Amino acid sequence: MAKEEYQTKIRSQDLSLFYGEKQALRNISLDMYANKVTAFIGPSGCGKSTFIRTLNRMNDLIAGVKITGSAFIDGIDVYGPGINVVNLRKRVGMVFQKSNPFPKSIYENIAYGPKVNGITKKSDLDDIVETSLRGAALWNEVSDRLHSSALALSGGQQQRVCIARAIAVNPEILLMDEPCSALDPISTMKIEELICELKANYTIVIVTHNMQQAARVSDYTAFFYIGELVEFGQTKNIFTKPVKTQTEDYITGRFG
Amino acid sequence: MREHRKSFIGFLAMRLPMLATLLIILTIVLIIGDFFFAGIGHVTWEFLTQPPRNANTEGGILPAIIGTAELVLLMSLAAVPVGTITAIYLTEYARQTSIFARIIRFAVNTLAGVPSVVFGLFGLGFFIQTVGGQMDQVRWDQRMKSLHAVIAAPASPVAGNHIATVALVQTYLQKADNGDWTDQATKLNGFPRGTVARVNADIVERYFRNSVELNWGKPGLIWAALTLALLTLPVVIVSVEESLRTVPRDIREASLALGATKLETIIKVVIPNSLTGILTGSILAIGRGAGEVAPILFTGVVYSAQEGPHALTDQFMHLGYHLYILATQSTNVEATQPLQYATTLVLLVLTLALNLSAILLRSHIRRRQVA
Ligand SMILES: Nc1ncnc2c1ncn2[C@@H]1O[C@H](COP(=O)(O)OP(=O)(O)OP(=O)(O)O)[C@@H](O)[C@H]1O
Ligand SMILES: [Mg+2]
Repeated sequence: MAKEEYQTKIRSQDLSLFYGEKQALRNISLDMYANKVTAFIGPSGCGKSTFIRTLNRMNDLIAGVKITGSAFIDGIDVYGPGINVVNLRKRVGMVFQKSNPFPKSIYENIAYGPKVNGITKKSDLDDIVETSLRGAALWNEVSDRLHSSALALSGGQQQRVCIARAIAVNPEILLMDEPCSALDPISTMKIEELICELKANYTIVIVTHNMQQAARVSDYTAFFYIGELVEFGQTKNIFTKPVKTQTEDYITGRFG
Repeated sequence: MREHRKSFIGFLAMRLPMLATLLIILTIVLIIGDFFFAGIGHVTWEFLTQPPRNANTEGGILPAIIGTAELVLLMSLAAVPVGTITAIYLTEYARQTSIFARIIRFAVNTLAGVPSVVFGLFGLGFFIQTVGGQMDQVRWDQRMKSLHAVIAAPASPVAGNHIATVALVQTYLQKADNGDWTDQATKLNGFPRGTVARVNADIVERYFRNSVELNWGKPGLIWAALTLALLTLPVVIVSVEESLRTVPRDIREASLALGATKLETIIKVVIPNSLTGILTGSILAIGRGAGEVAPILFTGVVYSAQEGPHALTDQFMHLGYHLYILATQSTNVEATQPLQYATTLVLLVLTLALNLSAILLRSHIRRRQVA
């Protein structure tokens, strides 16, 4: 393998997180590589969302959260001193587990991020909106009603609006928390294709409950269990010859 | 017997809420109906477009309509932005444990429980005497400087250590180039003549120094509006706070995750989504403010005026107060009774129209958001 394939984009080191007294992440250390897709799998409540939300510091917003350890992006600790969280979030996009479009038009949803980033020219915004919607496999369905409310779309369409919204700001890293959980197989396939395309330019981290999806789209897979990172490695290894029995039980569906 | 009583309680439980509801509806219908039928005949074009005549026993109520409208408008201009910003601070910025936020909350709650007449007294003491008085003083001090220049000018009869007659000073002031003191010259008429008919510059200045002209330091529209704004502030704050809280956390997160700052998020996501609540707050405030008379009693309302207020410092007529005057202070109760009914009807219609337009506006916004 060529050397640049292993270029670390994100490094989590000894990362622990507490919701008040309750510890949700226990000393997580792992590397996520540039231009690779890293999938997070694990049973519900094991801390997958919590973990990826530490990477763009979304957990800062929750009262009583305490974080120890470090998360490096391009070698710089995002919890270090002098970090501008707003700039960090511009570089680290996120698609949330629960789709959360703004109660605005489809167009305004997509254009929101670019506008915040200082893009004001109408033609530029139009372009971004179209490319992003095409990227999220939604353009054909909504191109004739860009200015109607995003809330009037179906659940799956709303989720794709959120994906389009996240890629509209052109982040370096894309954190996707179960981006396909509300999608039909065809849209899911389109999103998976999108992920494979985006990989050329982005570093992608995806949480999924769908083992096949993890196997299809990811290069690396991390298995979480009750706040701990049980196993991490190349996806093909995790799915063919997992080291830990816990991992094997989970991916083969024998897990309670 | 027992059965019987049980069914009686059941009957009560069923019927009481209905009776209570009926009672409320009946009250509203009675009030509106009574005033409508008794007043409608007297609401003429003249009544709506003329000032009162003959000690309020004839004529119309135009100045009161204008006065009330301007008062309520000014009050909203003060209360809604301040209340909204306070609510934003309390819900979005202040930590719930912060002492400062707790003090504000305590103050807001206390403010909500203060009788309205106390607000009136506060307005008189604070706004008019302290703030307004201070403003006048500052303005007067500036004028005194210009007086000093005029008095000390070479052309002045009291320039240097000269002594001149009051009449001479008066003539000089009336003609003085800068004109600033022309109108004040007549004030010297009050100057003791005869024994101390001759004055020097110092005496003239001292004389004027003690005769501060009241402009801000007297009851006027602005102070009444600000006093009312204080009274309605808690209503605005509480309802805006509530509506800010209903903005879901996940769309705030969506905005922040796109690299928006907290302020951008508040302006572009939180406020637009609580606009209906902010409007509701404003409506409640306006409704409350429009009906209150006590706070404006000492701060600007007058018994009778020929026109609506033109300046912030003007005194004004007010529908609610006018009603009170008609009912209690009239020289001819017989003659004013129809006017009372008509005035009440106008007040009711204005309030209802205000509420209705606000409700329409709100549903319009809501529809636009969902559509
Ligand atoms: N805001 C919060 N306050 C307190 N505890 C929380 C909070 N959010 C999550 N937790 C707890 O932290 C643990 C990890 O939650 P998290 O949402 O990260 O799980 P997850 O792996 O994403 O699960 P799922 O697959 O169901 O989305 C859970 O036990 C959850 O109850
Ligand atoms: Mg989750």
